[in-house]
Amino acid sequence: MERIAILQIGHFLLVTIQVDMHDRLAMTLQDDLTNRISQTSARGVLIDISALEIVDSFIGRILGNIAKMSRILDAETVVVGMQPAVAITLVELGLSLKGIRTSLNVEKGMALLRSSLGDSEGGSMDGDAEK
Amino acid sequence: MSLNGQSKIPQILKNREAEVLADWLGEQMAAGIRKDLLKEMELREECREFLELFTDAIQQGNFTNIQSPEWRGLKDMLASVSRSRTQKGFTPTETANFVFSFKQPLFKRLRQELGQNGETLLEEILSATNLIDKLALWTTEIYQKTREEVILRQQEELMELSTPVVKLWEGILALPIIGTLDSARTQIMMESLLQMIVQTGSQVAIIDITGVPTVDTLTAQHLLKTVTAARLMGADCIISGIRPQIAQTIVYLGVDLADITTKASLADAFVLALKRSGFAISRSKSAI
Repeated sequence: MERIAILQIGHFLLVTIQVDMHDRLAMTLQDDLTNRISQTSARGVLIDISALEIVDSFIGRILGNIAKMSRILDAETVVVGMQPAVAITLVELGLSLKGIRTSLNVEKGMALLRSSLGDSEGGSMDGDAEK
Repeated sequence: MSLNGQSKIPQILKNREAEVLADWLGEQMAAGIRKDLLKEMELREECREFLELFTDAIQQGNFTNIQSPEWRGLKDMLASVSRSRTQKGFTPTETANFVFSFKQPLFKRLRQELGQNGETLLEEILSATNLIDKLALWTTEIYQKTREEVILRQQEELMELSTPVVKLWEGILALPIIGTLDSARTQIMMESLLQMIVQTGSQVAIIDITGVPTVDTLTAQHLLKTVTAARLMGADCIISGIRPQIAQTIVYLGVDLADITTKASLADAFVLALKRSGFAISRSKSAI
């Protein structure tokens, strides 16, 4: 069965969506991702949707749900690389994805996660990473 | 019309075309044609062409329906006259008068021919008036249409002019909006802003609404949409240039701008944008 790969980078999980998101795939991703967060106790999730050209209301909602679920599991979600056309569509659909943080690309998203974790956790994160 | 087929007008025009033309020209010159806008030669040429086509068309004896094919030539000619006069700056009255003034010379001939027969004269004049009125209305219609085309073109040009996205600093964009915000403009504005965000990798965009005269609920909604779309892509938006009256209006309308950073002036917004991007401004000592 088709699956979307979830890569672990330090304390973060990186999901790069390269294929068309159909509904079942989105549900599988939600399932896999929540499992991985609890397994790896990740602190941040980056979802790269720069290759996604179509996002419908269902996928938009799933992204929102993933963000909420991750928050409960104590991981920040950042959606990165949304295409202009996708952004316009989502706004027209009335989905502003309020709970989700966004960034222009993976690099900036990673920096955003680092700084927000750094702010809340102080130096303990770096200490963990070095062990 | 009861006279169809037996009307004298076609015959009169055919036989005395030159006289009618001279009279008509005299009529228009006497009424004071705009010599600054139109040369006498051109007018003469236009009148001659009109008369020729009119005489041709009227030979069919159709006085009532100018939609029929025999009138097409004349209508096309009138349309081009009307169009050129619109562009030269004639008023609608002056344009329509070109056709109306044709009545005088025509009726004069009719009176000369049918002077003794009151009943027929009246019938002839009625049918001719009817026809000429229709032709004059046609020129007015074209006049208006030409004006509307001009307005439409200007609107399109304004639309293209009005949404520049400028880069203020590394990672900072500004979008100065001038004029009223409607749906079509917002759409173009949003697209060009988002496109620029991708191209330049900017994280902060300042939307300056100093040049927006009024903000109603619809305008506010358009602004909110733009800000939300930019946020979805990962760029922060700051709205600047909100005048006191507009701030009052926004609150009275009950529009919620709480989630959006707003600043009074573009300068304030720029300083904030620099700060967010990690830049600091300081004055060098030598400049003081």
